[in-house]
Amino acid sequence: MQSMKIRQLFFAVLRDIAGTDARDLALGDGTTAGQVWQSLREQYAKLRDYAQPPMIAVNESYAAPDTILRDGDELAFIPPVAGG
Amino acid sequence: MYLTDDPIDARALVTRVMRPTDGAYVLFEGVVRNHHEGKAVQSIFYDAYRPMAEKEIDAIVRDILSRFPDVALTVVHRLGHLVVGDSSIAIVTASPHRAEAFAACRMAIDRIKETVPIWKKERGPDGEEWVGWQGRC
Repeated sequence: MQSMKIRQLFFAVLRDIAGTDARDLALGDGTTAGQVWQSLREQYAKLRDYAQPPMIAVNESYAAPDTILRDGDELAFIPPVAGG
Repeated sequence: MYLTDDPIDARALVTRVMRPTDGAYVLFEGVVRNHHEGKAVQSIFYDAYRPMAEKEIDAIVRDILSRFPDVALTVVHRLGHLVVGDSSIAIVTASPHRAEAFAACRMAIDRIKETVPIWKKERGPDGEEWVGWQGRC
């Protein structure tokens, strides 16, 4: 049952691969951030080799792959950072 | 606000940070160079998860100020298209004595490079590439 909606943001290389800045996702209760990464890999061939997710942010804070998403969450996968 | 889309005015940053009690300041600027891992670089596009990057930089600044109570510190990171020679980041630390200013400045740039969600796409004659993505994960 798909009972919650989250906002997924795309940055850097992931924005290029997804071709968009953001999308809304309808997910079942209990879905983890890591599971969203796995579905992203199935969707985009360029991500198939990346079995482990990059860093994950939920609501603008770093989070673990097993973080359970909640309705209204903002999720972003954080590719290797290169600031400075 | 630690992020800007405009050129960095390092002199203005120093003026903003310095207090009459300070006997030294350290200014660090990161600059776009014309090469990376053997490839020519002409320009860099800096991207960020802006609200999160602001929060992460703020957390680093607060932590450093707590470790170095005599230090004043500011950070500006530029985003968007930069060319060779442009400053991408400037950090100013000021303190009554130089040792703390050097140490705090070094800690600030090292930590910003580790965790702040900012990315760069390098462009050169061979094409363009997001730094750090290839071969990771």
